[in-house]
Amino acid sequence: MREMIDPERVLIRDSTDIVRARAVARQVANQIGFTLADQTRLATAVSELTRNIVQYAGEGVCEIADASGEEEIRLRIIVEDNGPGIDDIDRAMKDGYSTGGGLGVGLPGTRRLMDDFAIESSPGCTRVSIALVRRRV
Amino acid sequence: MIIPILRLGKILLTSIQQELTDADVLQLQSDLLRKVSEIEALGVIIDITALEVVDSFMARVINDTAGMARLLGAEIVICGVQPYVAMSLVEMGRDLIGADCVFNLDQGLKLLEARIAVRGDAILSLEGDEYARNDRP
Ligand SMILES: Nc1ncnc2c1ncn2[C@@H]1O[C@H](COP(=O)(O)OP(=O)(O)OP(=O)(O)O)[C@@H](O)[C@H]1O
Ligand SMILES: [Mg+2]
Repeated sequence: MREMIDPERVLIRDSTDIVRARAVARQVANQIGFTLADQTRLATAVSELTRNIVQYAGEGVCEIADASGEEEIRLRIIVEDNGPGIDDIDRAMKDGYSTGGGLGVGLPGTRRLMDDFAIESSPGCTRVSIALVRRRV
Repeated sequence: MIIPILRLGKILLTSIQQELTDADVLQLQSDLLRKVSEIEALGVIIDITALEVVDSFMARVINDTAGMARLLGAEIVICGVQPYVAMSLVEMGRDLIGADCVFNLDQGLKLLEARIAVRGDAILSLEGDEYARNDRP
């Protein structure tokens, strides 16, 4: 039987937590068997989403879970906060749109890095779920 | 955390040896610019060999720092971008890094020397502090 890795929850409050969250993502990805390139994609995605929490929501949670099956390895990450929410998600997903003086590439860039990307947001709850999936070799 | 900034004549060299928090990155940016202005540095090399993640925030700070250093009068090069970092950066968005990049310090120094020579306002000496200015009519 394959051993599943327990989900990790990282609380996000300030920018030191961003570093911690991406280290955890990288480590779990490594344990599951993702390549270095994929570990870097995941760490970068986690960095973007958790920084958005610190910048726009204040605090939140990053949950990193092994969701692998028999045929594939899958790392699923949910980044969630109870901040003000995003009023126009379509606009937030556009390249170059930023209300914080950033490059405006965090959300659209993360979508391009990942295989699965879903975002839902309302005042008081923003939740982004991402996943990277690879066939077992 | 204090990141050392080394001085080679009129060139400043800084090597990021571990993952940095946002506060560390901004601290380094202001330390570096202060040093550039203090010694009227002609060139700056930032070595990011040890960085396993460069996200959009880091990319923006690198670009901004390069632009600011240029405003003061210094050339800037980035060295040691890791292959997986390059992959993630380009997948997230093209042209996220606007500064010039080289493989290693040696090439970085050569590029800066060439740049500075083309500018022709100063002759670079790596040995010490002395440098000669070409007096313009
Ligand atoms: N968790 C969040 N809560 C509230 N608003 C958010 C959140 N995440 C993103 N946003 C909004 O969506 C916009 C786009 O986010 P995105 O991460 O793409 O760009 P950015 O953070 O502004 O810049 P970059 O990520 O390139 O540094 C943000 O400027 C912000 O207005
Ligand atoms: Mg962002």
